[in-house]
Amino acid sequence: MEQASLSIDAVHAGYGDFQALFGVSLRVDPGEAVGVVGPNGAGKTTLLRVISGLIRPRSGNVRFAGQDLAKVPAHTLPALGIAHVPENRRLFPHLTVEENLRVGAFTAAARPHFEVRRDHVYTLFPRMKERRHQLAGTMSGGEQQMCAIGRALMSGPKILLLDEPSAGLAPLVVQQVFDLVRRIRQEGLTVLIVEQNVAQVLRVVDRAYVLETGRVAAEGASAALAADPVIRRSYLGGH
Amino acid sequence: MDPFLLEALVNGILLGGVFALPVLGLNLVFGVVDVVWLCYAELVMVGMYAVWFFYSQMGWPLPLAFAVCIGLVAVLGVLLHLLVVRPLLTQPPINQVLATGGVLFVLQGVATLIFSTEFRALGVDMPPMEVGEVFVSGTKLAAFGAALLGAGALWAFLKFTYVGTAIRAIARDREVMPLMGVDPQRIYLIASAIGGALAGLAACLLIVQLDVHPFVGLSFGPITFMICVMGGLGNMLGGFLAAFLMGLIISVGGFWGTTELSYVVAFAFFIVVMFIRPQGLFAR
Amino acid sequence: MTAPLTAGLLLVALAAVPLLGPPDYLMHVLITVLLTALAGTGWAMMGRYGLVSFGHGAFLGIAAYTMALLWNEAGLTPWLGIPIGMGVAVLAGMLLAYPAFKLRVVGHYFALVTLAAGEIVRILIVAMREHTGGSLGLTPAKPPPGAGWLAMQFDKTGFWYIALIAWALGLVCWFLLDRSMSSRALAAISEDEDAAASIGIRVTSEKMKVTVISVALAALAGALTAQYRQYLNPESLAGLGISLQIVFGAIAGGMYAPIGPTIGAAITIGLEEGLRIFFGTELTGAAPLVYGLLLVMFMLFMPRGIAGLFERRAQRRATPAPAAAE
Repeated sequence: MEQASLSIDAVHAGYGDFQALFGVSLRVDPGEAVGVVGPNGAGKTTLLRVISGLIRPRSGNVRFAGQDLAKVPAHTLPALGIAHVPENRRLFPHLTVEENLRVGAFTAAARPHFEVRRDHVYTLFPRMKERRHQLAGTMSGGEQQMCAIGRALMSGPKILLLDEPSAGLAPLVVQQVFDLVRRIRQEGLTVLIVEQNVAQVLRVVDRAYVLETGRVAAEGASAALAADPVIRRSYLGGH
Repeated sequence: MDPFLLEALVNGILLGGVFALPVLGLNLVFGVVDVVWLCYAELVMVGMYAVWFFYSQMGWPLPLAFAVCIGLVAVLGVLLHLLVVRPLLTQPPINQVLATGGVLFVLQGVATLIFSTEFRALGVDMPPMEVGEVFVSGTKLAAFGAALLGAGALWAFLKFTYVGTAIRAIARDREVMPLMGVDPQRIYLIASAIGGALAGLAACLLIVQLDVHPFVGLSFGPITFMICVMGGLGNMLGGFLAAFLMGLIISVGGFWGTTELSYVVAFAFFIVVMFIRPQGLFAR
Repeated sequence: MTAPLTAGLLLVALAAVPLLGPPDYLMHVLITVLLTALAGTGWAMMGRYGLVSFGHGAFLGIAAYTMALLWNEAGLTPWLGIPIGMGVAVLAGMLLAYPAFKLRVVGHYFALVTLAAGEIVRILIVAMREHTGGSLGLTPAKPPPGAGWLAMQFDKTGFWYIALIAWALGLVCWFLLDRSMSSRALAAISEDEDAAASIGIRVTSEKMKVTVISVALAALAGALTAQYRQYLNPESLAGLGISLQIVFGAIAGGMYAPIGPTIGAAITIGLEEGLRIFFGTELTGAAPLVYGLLLVMFMLFMPRGIAGLFERRAQRRATPAPAAAE
């Protein structure tokens, strides 16, 4: 299905003289949850930045719903249905939770739906509703992650890109975050998760790619990857 | 309390109100675009000439002259951004400051060419009003009121609108804005327009109390910058409060010494603040 | 190295200028250029390392007024008055700079602190009007007959040599600084102060050293200018206006090359005089207009100034094109 599919073809990308991605290809079909795992520095964050237009690929292309993403300015992507929750959350600490959500609804298409979506986000995360007028910077890491995901949902996306959602969070909180992702998935949202916590993410996604030093080293259904001895040894603590 | 001291205090607050508008404008542009418009006071000067020209020379009603002035300087702000600031966004900040400094000279030069160096007065005045034991210039009071209204309107815009919230957001984290569908370039333009409009409003307030001439910007420009920095560059509330603080220092200083020396005190106070708390008095 | 030789020949050639009998007006312009260049060179010594001062006018004023007041009120010859004036300016500079550097006031903030300081000096000069004449200005007293030498009140030729020596002194300081360890230290500091400190560079000390030289040169320029013009006033020797002119001149000429500020001075003065000749007093305002436009153009298209153009060409000739990436 071309519609609302994300496809990345032989993308080379980097920063200045430094190249981070070497001919990476992957695909996310509507309704799927796909993971991208790999060690630090493998290029996972770069990959997401290429998709959301913060970096332009040197070669190869990125398409969503048939649209070549490299040809349009980064800020038009939310209107196309792509929402990116960046690494380290990147909330606006001096704005309240609700103001952060408001920024998430900035696009003209999203504004009329602000109240409805905001209430939906509060249903998904009741704690956000309690803290709606609290400054985002004063919340705990887990709450900030929820808020960041909520902010991304305000644009009514077709696909959600999550960059290292478990970073810096305690295991119990990580569990909560991934439960949340599962619930979002159940509502039909397509999800692409970039993660270092391989064990957790494989329990949430259908398929995953393993990225090592800028190249796709392996891919497959999560169950298959979880059972693979090489993967287990490298990323799952070997047992 | 000595009624003259009281009068100095009141005038200090009124003065602070007048400083507040350019300070807010400068802080807005700096917070959003990360560039200091060295020529900000000269934008105010242009606005002052505009009001004088439309009211005194063309006979337009004052409110119309005010409105056109605000619109004109807002457009000037946008042009400044498009022609001078935007091309230099990737260059070191000092180049940006120097370029706007060049615009400073350009505006002074143009004003001199068109209007010569004569002082021009608007010739509008309101009778002094008695507030308690103190006589306060009606004009100054009206200007103060307008400044507060302007500041209030700005606050409401920043707090309650989408663009305003985005402006507050972009000041802290520029990079993620596109992820939410915000085009930073568009926000820069809007901020530049508002910065210009605030300068225009300041011009309306100043022209009724001050004569305009091509170098009038030099008399309040340096102080405006210092207030901004004292309040914390980019910190709107800090700048707002610092404006009143400076107004009081200058006014009360003038009460105890001469007006000149009160400026020396104000500048020295600024230097001391920079040494003790360079990020500004009200920085978080 | 042929550089000292070329410099020496150039100096001799310049020294011989008065012998050609140029018109007084031309001499006046050239002397003004040299003194302005000296101020710019002094400013650029700090400016090129990111220590941008918007208040250098203050040092011109402090030295000039100190010298003039010592002469007018104490009869002290400018030959002594000038060094004393320079000393006072340097002291003031150090007083301002030391806490600024120690407390890590840099960038925008440093520029504004210097701006405030410059304005303070200007206002103080005006406020002390019983001594300084305030905004109306001050004229050095006429010396007793035959003591022109004592009063340092020479004719154009005399001042040409003084200005030339002072200007050359500025360039010598620049070269000496360039060859010293300090220039490397300062370059490191301007790039990353913390990193420089962590490898043992004494940041405050190095910054103070260059500040002293920078202020001293500017002070010398101010005092000599006042002495040459036989007139002082606070607008032209202190305050934001003159400070900005110094800055802009140095930048236009290129503050990274030793000859840059001199080129900048030549452009600025040349422009002023040229416009005055062309338009007379009809179109006052044309000068700042053109000046401002040029400044904006420079920033947009030639941020390293005119000297920067030559610099880049020289660099390209010196370093061969890098081998194709492997």
